[in-house]
Amino acid sequence: MMGTEGSLSGEVPVALRGEPGGGLAVAFWATLKRDLVLLLRRRSEVMNPLVFFAIVITLFPIGISPDPQLLTAIAPGLLWVAALLAALLSLDSLFRADYDDGTLEQLLLTPQPLAMLALAKVAVHWLLTGLPLALMAPLLGIMLALPAGSYGVLAISLALGSASLSLIGAIGAALTVGLSRGGVLLSLLVLPLYIPVLIFGAGAVQAAIFGDGVMAHLAILGALLALALILAPLAIAASLRISING
Amino acid sequence: MSLRLQAQNLACERDDRWLFRGLDLDIRAGEIVRVEGPNGSGKTTLLKILSGQLADYEGELFWDERPMCEARDAFLSNLLYMGHAPGVKAALTPLENLTWYQAMAGQSQDEASRYAALDDVGLAGFEDLPAGQLSAGQQRRVALARLVLTPRSLWVLDEPFTAIDRDGVAALERRLYDHARQGGCVLVTTHHELTPCAELRRIHLGGGGLDDGN
Amino acid sequence: MWAFINKLRSPKWFYAISARLQPWFWAAALILIVTGTVWGLAFAPADYQQGNSFRIIYVHVPAAFLAQSIFVSMAIAGLVFMVWKIKVADMAAAMMAPLGAAMTFIALFSGAVWGVPTWGTWWMWDARLTSMLILLFLYLGVIALRGAFTSRDSASRAASVLAMVGVINIPIIKYSVDWWYTLHQPATFSITGRAAMPMEMWAPLLIMVLGFYSFFIALTLMRTRSEILRRESNKRWVRDLAGEER
Repeated sequence: MMGTEGSLSGEVPVALRGEPGGGLAVAFWATLKRDLVLLLRRRSEVMNPLVFFAIVITLFPIGISPDPQLLTAIAPGLLWVAALLAALLSLDSLFRADYDDGTLEQLLLTPQPLAMLALAKVAVHWLLTGLPLALMAPLLGIMLALPAGSYGVLAISLALGSASLSLIGAIGAALTVGLSRGGVLLSLLVLPLYIPVLIFGAGAVQAAIFGDGVMAHLAILGALLALALILAPLAIAASLRISING
Repeated sequence: MSLRLQAQNLACERDDRWLFRGLDLDIRAGEIVRVEGPNGSGKTTLLKILSGQLADYEGELFWDERPMCEARDAFLSNLLYMGHAPGVKAALTPLENLTWYQAMAGQSQDEASRYAALDDVGLAGFEDLPAGQLSAGQQRRVALARLVLTPRSLWVLDEPFTAIDRDGVAALERRLYDHARQGGCVLVTTHHELTPCAELRRIHLGGGGLDDGN
Repeated sequence: MWAFINKLRSPKWFYAISARLQPWFWAAALILIVTGTVWGLAFAPADYQQGNSFRIIYVHVPAAFLAQSIFVSMAIAGLVFMVWKIKVADMAAAMMAPLGAAMTFIALFSGAVWGVPTWGTWWMWDARLTSMLILLFLYLGVIALRGAFTSRDSASRAASVLAMVGVINIPIIKYSVDWWYTLHQPATFSITGRAAMPMEMWAPLLIMVLGFYSFFIALTLMRTRSEILRRESNKRWVRDLAGEER
C-alpha cells in the first residue's frame, strides 16, 4: 500500500466505460485455463474419481461372482453405473471452492454472460473427470470380460454421456453450493435426472455386444447432450445466483 | 454519460423482516459513501443490491439515469466489487489471480501492469508464491491490487479494511479519497472510522422491524 | 392482465378469493369421488381377463394422473414465482410437493397391490411403475432441497428452479424408460395402457379422475391459506383477522 499518489495520478482511472464490447472469448478461456491449472495443481482430486471407479468395479465380481458369463451380461450396466457415480463424486467441489474464496461472486459480477462462464467450469470438469473415466473404462471392461468389439463404443458412449452428466450435475452442484452439507443432497437431486443418459449409454454398449443399433443409441446420447448444452447453462446460472444470496 | 447511481424507494425484506424500507439514494461522482449500521442491519445486503447481485428487492435502481435492467452491462463494466471474502484463489499465485481478473475485466493481458499493481499494494517479491502461503492481510492486499489494476469508476467495497495492518489502512484510505477526488465514487462499509472530509457521506441503516403496512 | 397479476401479488386478496372458491371444490370432490367409487366398485362390469382386481384402476390411474399433473403445476407455480415474484405461487408450490409425493406413492402402492393378482409378485420393472418411482425421487429431491436452506427466500427459488428442471426432464425420462422397457421385456403384459376400454368401465374412471383433481385443488387452496397465515403472521391484516376471530 505504498506510493499511492504516484500510481494514481497521471492516468485517469475513473473514466466511465460504455457497453462492453466482446471479451467473452477472453473471459471464457481465462476461466477454463484457471480451473485447469487449479485442478492440475491438486492432482489427487483428479485421480480420486478414477480410483473410485476402479475400486467399485473390483467390488462387483467379489460381491457377485467371478463367472465371466455373468460378468459379461452385467458389464455394460456396471461400468456405466460406476462411472456415473464416480463423476457424481467430484461434482460437489465444482463450485464450492469458488464459493468459499469469493471468486464465485466475482464471476457473477463480470459483464459477461454467467451461463457461458459456468460452461467453462463444466467443460473443465468433463475434461478432467468424464473424459479420463471414458478412457479408463475399456481397461476395466477387460476385467469384466466385456466382449471384444464393444470397447470403442464403451469409451465413446461414456465420453458423450459424461458430458451430459457434467452439465446436469452442475445444476445440482450450483443449487447446493451454498449449503454446508450439500453432498448427499446433491446426489439425491441429480441421480434421477441421470437416468435417461444411463439408459442410452448402457444401451449403446449392450447393442455393441449384440451387434445392433449402436448408432441409434449414440445419436440419442448426442441429442441429449445437445439439449443439455442449450438448457443446462441457463439453469446453472440461475442456480448460482440463488446460491450466492443464500 | 455521467457517474450516477440512484435508488428510489428501495426496500428489502429477508424472511419476513424488513432490513430497510423507503431508502432513497443518489450517489454521484466524487463521493465516498459509507454505509453504517449495527450488525444485521443489512449493510452487506444493500451493497449486494447496489452492485446488482441481488434481484430480491423492491424499488427502482438507476445507473446513469437509465433503469438498472437496461443499463446492467454498462453498469457492470464500471463496477469493482469486493466482498467479505477476498476472492483470491489460494492455489494460484498473486500474479495468476490478477491475470484472471484482468481477463474478466476484458482488459489486455499486460504483465507489467500486474507487477506494478502488486508492487503498489506492497507485495513486491511475493508475486510467484501461491496465495495460500501468504497471510490473511497479504491475501486481502492481492484483492486490493485490483483497485490499481482495473480502472473502474464505481467501487463497492464491503469491509475492505479487514486484516490489513495500520500502514495499509492509511494507504487504502488515501486511495479511496484519491479515487473520489479524481471523479470516481466509493461505496463502503467498514468498522474502521474514516477520517471526515468533504467527500464523505454517511448512510445509516437502522432496524427495519416488523411490517406495519397492509 | 397486469391488474390481475398485481392482485395475485397480494396474499390478502388470494386469501379472500380462495375462501369463496374452496367450498365448491370440496363439494365437487366429495360428490365425484363418492359417485365414482360406488359406480366403479359396485356397478362397473368385471374385466374378462383380470376379474375384479382391475378395479384398482379407479385409484391407481387417478393417482398417477395427479402425480404427474402436480409436478407440472408445481413447476408452473415456480415459474410464476420467479418471473412475477408472486409469493402465493411459491406457497402453493411448497404445499403441492408433499401432496404430489403422496399421490405418487399411492400410485406406486396401488400398482404393487395390483401386481399381486396380475403378475404374482409385488414388484415388476414395468415401464409405468418405473417412471412413477423416478417421479417419486424427483419429488423427494424438491422437498429435500426446500428443507435444506435456512433462508426461505433462497429455498423457494432453488425449489422452483429444480421443479422446472424436473419438468423438462419428466418427458425425457418417461420416453427413455418406455424405450428401455420395450428393449428388455417386450412380451410382458402391462397393467394399464390397453386401448378400447368399454364405456361402463371408462366413465367411472373419468369421474374419479375429475374427483381427484377437485380434491387436489381444494386441498391445495386450504393448505395455501394456512401457509399464507403462517408466513404473513406479522402483517397487520393477519393480526387484524386474528383479532376479529378472538
